[in-house]
Amino acid sequence: MTNTVTVSTPSDREVALTRMFNAPRALVFDALTKPELVKRWMLGNMGASMPVCEIDLRVGGAYRFVWRKPDGSDFTMTGVYREIVRPERIVNTQRFDTPWLPDELVLTTTLVESGGKTTLTSTTLFDSVEMRDKMLKSGMEAGASASYDRLEAFLASI
Amino acid sequence: MTPSERLDATFTALADPTRRAILARLAKGDASVLELARPFDMSQPAISKHLKVLERAGLISRGRDAQRRPCRIEGKPLADISGWLEEYRQIWEQNFQRLDALLEELQTPDKKLPRKGKRL
Repeated sequence: MTNTVTVSTPSDREVALTRMFNAPRALVFDALTKPELVKRWMLGNMGASMPVCEIDLRVGGAYRFVWRKPDGSDFTMTGVYREIVRPERIVNTQRFDTPWLPDELVLTTTLVESGGKTTLTSTTLFDSVEMRDKMLKSGMEAGASASYDRLEAFLASI
Repeated sequence: MTPSERLDATFTALADPTRRAILARLAKGDASVLELARPFDMSQPAISKHLKVLERAGLISRGRDAQRRPCRIEGKPLADISGWLEEYRQIWEQNFQRLDALLEELQTPDKKLPRKGKRL
């Protein structure tokens, strides 16, 4: 069976991603926290590269990711680690350099291992309903309108 | 309602599991309050309360038939949300597929550290 990502809205201030990986969680943890590994997969869907990936993995330590899109423009995300429990939990803030995205979000990532497989759950907590709406609307403006098939798939997933 | 207020109403409505189940039921076809109350083992007034929240969010509409007032799912607010979530899901699916490949590579010792004399 293939592993696919599930997106849900656990509350009106949260959006959560869940995905299973065929690997022990220590390895998944490394892939989330070692710059040389992060650079190889966290590239989004726009054909971007990640020329800058700096991670100071300690509580209070900062990270900085810079993506370069094919048109040459850059997109930066920065933040600070608030909790690190290797290899099961990371809490960090997220800040974007784009004016239409929220000022700061808090992301909680948990890794649960069972039978050599790891389930990752990544929950974004918005400071307020307004912030979440800002993010939703920016995404909606950027994204295509959904077809009825998607609606059905969405209903089946929640 | 402003678009922002509408989104709030949509998310508030979706935050409750019973209301999500009602929507999933209505996605299959219109139903009356009585028909909706049955599988949920809830009283009609309790279901009616949920329906009011869904109606205020524009997620359902109610028919005019005074007796039955059948409930119908309205696609637009959900399509707005699911459009964004779908976009978000696709970005992460692509990320995670690359991560799958990376994790597989990391778990293949032969690829990372070729053992001498074992390959020809």
